[in-house]
Amino acid sequence: MDLVLEAAVLGVLTGGVYALMASGLTLIFGVMRIINVGQGALVVLGAYLSFALFRTWHIDPFLGLVVTMPVMFLLGVALEAVFIRPLRTDREALSVLVTYALALGIEGLLGLVFTTNFQQLSVWYRTASFPVGGLRIADVYVYGFLLCVAILGALALLLYRTTFGAAIRATMLNRTAAQLIGIDVERVSALAFGIGMATAAAGGVVFGITTAFNPGSHYDLISRLLTIIVLGGLGSLRGAIVAGLLMLVVEDVTSVLVTPTWATFTFFVVLVLVLLTRPQGLYGLRARAGT
Amino acid sequence: MRPRPGARWLGPGAATVLALAALAVPLVADTSTVNVGVFTLMYVGLATAWNVMGGYTGYISLGHAGFFGIGAYTLGLFVNHLGVPGGYGPFLAVPIAGLVTAALAVPVGWIALRTRAATFVIVTIAFMFMLQILATNLRGLTGGSQGLGFPTPQDWSPDFVDVPFYYAMLALAAVGIAASWWIRHSKLGLGLLAIRDDEDRALSLGVPTWAFKMTAFVVSAALVGMIGGVYGYYVTYVYPQFVVDPLVGLSMVLMAFLGGTGTIAGPVLGALLLEPTQLELAYFAGSARLYLVLYAAVFLAVILFLPRGVIPSIAERLEARRSAA
Repeated sequence: MDLVLEAAVLGVLTGGVYALMASGLTLIFGVMRIINVGQGALVVLGAYLSFALFRTWHIDPFLGLVVTMPVMFLLGVALEAVFIRPLRTDREALSVLVTYALALGIEGLLGLVFTTNFQQLSVWYRTASFPVGGLRIADVYVYGFLLCVAILGALALLLYRTTFGAAIRATMLNRTAAQLIGIDVERVSALAFGIGMATAAAGGVVFGITTAFNPGSHYDLISRLLTIIVLGGLGSLRGAIVAGLLMLVVEDVTSVLVTPTWATFTFFVVLVLVLLTRPQGLYGLRARAGT
Repeated sequence: MRPRPGARWLGPGAATVLALAALAVPLVADTSTVNVGVFTLMYVGLATAWNVMGGYTGYISLGHAGFFGIGAYTLGLFVNHLGVPGGYGPFLAVPIAGLVTAALAVPVGWIALRTRAATFVIVTIAFMFMLQILATNLRGLTGGSQGLGFPTPQDWSPDFVDVPFYYAMLALAAVGIAASWWIRHSKLGLGLLAIRDDEDRALSLGVPTWAFKMTAFVVSAALVGMIGGVYGYYVTYVYPQFVVDPLVGLSMVLMAFLGGTGTIAGPVLGALLLEPTQLELAYFAGSARLYLVLYAAVFLAVILFLPRGVIPSIAERLEARRSAA
């Protein structure tokens, strides 16, 4: 029972990271109607950026976010302008292929620069842990969770307390109408893509500390993230957060109760169940995008 | 538009010449060329099969590598259990690989086709990764990450061994093209194109959209499964991560897009252009990482500069010239 409880707590803590990574993905979908299959690769890229800073200049990965998040944001804006915006016809289908190709390119480049050996951000506090009522919780999971809560909070403030956030939400609700009332939807799209990348950078740090990764890790990541946003309802921020926490708890508990080799499989079981009973996901489709 | 009298024979004429050339290749070419031929024909078949679903209906599946894997494992398990020796025997099991893949495609399609557009793409990706996990975890059945071996043909000389596979792939590509042609010229094909243009409208006009989509999905999957079976036998050993390979699933899509989705000749042309290029790139790059980078670059170039594909672009230009004249 203790093990199950520990797994559940761990699930919530790691779920926060997945919630953050998935929120970037669902935000991009909500604003642009495209599935960024490259999100997993961008998370891995974020992890490698932090790894490079850490290895070369011994910059703490959490501190390094001050650098990596803006860098990834700018990279996102650039990627959107070069690869997504030129797509005029059949945008939804072609964007999946383009972002898939980007993922492969990033995987290849990371392999060339960092080799395909597994790496981990071995910060000194990685192994530190503290007891809570009979359980031992690793420090990094708590730091990671707090970081995710902070960033998700900032994202919520941006979306619901600023004019720019209102423009994003308007674009999510109805692109054409948003354009008609004078919102520069192309600019909103570029910035949303950049914000999605910045969340990937932050997610990458926590991912890189808690998990060993290599350039090919993005396949596993993206299949999880895609399941999470379908479960939450495409374009719904709240859905992404709830589904992220839920899925990781389910996975971690399964891994304790059944076996770790089948734990990842729970994602697909849940996905099938969702599609059979509620294809639009927990929080519906675009109409209720993040409330 | 009404084609000129001469143009009417252009398509069938080109197809006949291509078919004769394809039949003659193993008679004149060396082993390494035949080897390239096997993979090229494999992708002609795969891209054509993918196009039956993805091109005609506009439902983009990125998970067809899953069906490829199902076909390969089915053929391998079948011949191993029956103790079929290497030789021509295993080729007889190819239709069984197709049937099993079709049977498994029904529940997959049932679930995946509850969704549309973006969600459909996601579901197909998830399906592929799910199969990869299953192939790895069901060790008793698939051999897990140790892989599954196929019987090896003992009495085929190294010079000859590629030839039967070449003709097997050619036959499957021909079946695929015939199926694609037949569907395109039938009521089913019209319905599928109507679904691509506007599914709700097609439904309201009386197109049985669900049945049509299912049919296209299952036919497409069965063709891919049969090709997967021949592939497994050709490479003699299949591993979960190499037979359910996202790159395979992606390549067939890219080829269909390069040639032109929704056309019959497009995927064929795309595969003929791209697969030899891919093999050349892999050879040139040496390392898998550099290959990935180059592959991604080719991919991006195709999508950004030729989003509608070669065949539709040429057809458009011809039509413009004709109407100008």
